[in-house]
Amino acid sequence: MSQELKASRLLDAPLVVVTVGLASFADDLAAQGVAVTQIDWTPPAGGDARLADLLSKLGV
Amino acid sequence: MPDIEDGIEDRIEAANSEALKRMLAAEPVLVDVVRAGDAIAGLEERTILHAGPPIAWDRMCGPMRGAICGIAVFEGWAADLAAAERMAERGGFTFAPNHDFDCVGPMTGMTTVSQPLLVVENRAFGNCAYCAINEGLGKVMRFGGNDAEVLDRLGWLRDGLAPLLGAALRHAGETGGGIELSPLIARGLAMGDELHQRNVACSSLFLRAVAPHLAAVSTDSASLERAFAFIGGNDQFFLNIGMATGKAITDPANGIADSSVVTAMSRNGTDFGIRVSGTGKQWFTAPVEMPAGLYFPGYSEADANPDMGDSAIVETIGLGGFAMGAAPAVAGFVGAGAASDAGLYTRTMREITVGDNPNWTIPAMDHAGVPTGIDIRLVVDANIAPTINTGIAHREPGIGQVGAGIARAPMACFRQALESFAKTVGVA
Repeated sequence: MSQELKASRLLDAPLVVVTVGLASFADDLAAQGVAVTQIDWTPPAGGDARLADLLSKLGV
Repeated sequence: MPDIEDGIEDRIEAANSEALKRMLAAEPVLVDVVRAGDAIAGLEERTILHAGPPIAWDRMCGPMRGAICGIAVFEGWAADLAAAERMAERGGFTFAPNHDFDCVGPMTGMTTVSQPLLVVENRAFGNCAYCAINEGLGKVMRFGGNDAEVLDRLGWLRDGLAPLLGAALRHAGETGGGIELSPLIARGLAMGDELHQRNVACSSLFLRAVAPHLAAVSTDSASLERAFAFIGGNDQFFLNIGMATGKAITDPANGIADSSVVTAMSRNGTDFGIRVSGTGKQWFTAPVEMPAGLYFPGYSEADANPDMGDSAIVETIGLGGFAMGAAPAVAGFVGAGAASDAGLYTRTMREITVGDNPNWTIPAMDHAGVPTGIDIRLVVDANIAPTINTGIAHREPGIGQVGAGIARAPMACFRQALESFAKTVGVA
C-alpha cells in the first residue's frame, strides 16, 4: 500500500489525538470536541537539566 | 547515545541485581523477645533511640518530645514529665537513631534499655533486627502519649506480655523452627493487608501461629487470657513485627558498592531520611511533608504533625504504599481514593523499583509481585516519590493518633542521594 493511500484512509476515520506534555494541549482539543488521549509524561528529572545529564551518565 | 561513563551502567545494574537478590533471599523468623539493654550493643542508661535520621532536642517535634519525656519517666530517669523536659533541655540524654542500633520503631520509635524488643532473625544472612511491641491504637507512646495509662501499658508489656511472648517464641523455635515470617506475610497480602495501615490479616495469622506456644509455656490462665485479648484486639499488632522484618531484610543489602537501591526510609517528624546501598550508612535528609489523609472525628489537618516513624521500612521492602493493590479496603482509610484505584499506586511504584518479589504477590493484580528495591536513579528520572501509608499523630505531645493518610518521600532526599552516589561511583 502506498504512503499516499495509507494517509487518505487515515483521514477516512474519525481522528483520535494523542498528546504528550502539558495537559493544556489535551484540554484545548477536548474543549473543541476532539477525542484526545493525554500521555502522563514529564521531562527527565522533572526538567532539571543538570540532574538529567547526571542520570544519563549513570545509565538512565 | 547518552554519554555513559565506561561500564558504569553495567556496574550499577549488577550491584542493584545483587541488592534485590539479597532482599529476596531473606529468611526472616521471629525468634524471641529480649530486653533492649541486654541485646543492643552500646545502648546505655539515659540513651534514647528514636525514629528517623539523627536529630537534637531543639529541633524535635511535639510528639517526639512528648514520647521522650514519657520514656524518661518510664525508665525512672526523671520523677515526672516536667523534670524529664528540663533534663532533655540540659543535655541529660543521649539521642541516636534506631537504625544505627539494628532497631526500628513506629512513629516516635522510642527504644530504651528496659524495653522488650521483638527479635527477627534473617537466617539467610545471620543478622537480627529489633522492634518494640505494638502498644495498640489511640493514646500510645508512639504517637507522643505519655500519661499514666500509657506508661502503665508499657509496664505490662515489659513485665507481663514480653516474658510470656518471648518464652512462647523460643518454644516455637525449639519445637518447629520458629515463626517464619515471609510465608505469613505472603498469606496476609492475599487476605487484604498491605502491612502498614492494614495488618489485621497478619496479626490474626500471627496469633494463630503463636497461640499454641503461648498456651504451652503459660502457667497462669489470667496472663494467658490477657495476652490473647491484647494481641487479638490489636489489628496493628503485626506492624512492629513487619518493621523488624523490613530492617532484617534491608540491612544485608546495604553497603554494596555501586548499588543505587534504597535500604532505609525513615522520618523523625522533622526530617525525612534515606539510606542508599552504595553510600552505606550516610543519611540524605530533607524536611518531612504533611501526610494527605483522613482524620478521626473532631480532628483536622490543623491538628496534624508532619510525617514520622521508622515504619517506612515496610515500603522499602515493597509493602505498605507499594502493596496498596493488595488492600483495596485500606485505600479508603488512608484517603487514597476508590478501592479500584488501589492497584494504580502499586503500578506507579513499579516505575521506580528494580524488580518484583515473586514470593509476595497480589492476587487482585494477576498475582504480580510487590515492587521491590527502590532505585534512586529511577525516582529522580521519573520524578515519582515513593508512596508511604502512614498514621497521623497530633502535633501536640500526649494526645496520640488523629488520622491516617499517604505521605510522599521528599524528592530532595533522592536528588541529594543521587549527587552523592554519582561521586561515589566516579561520575562527576
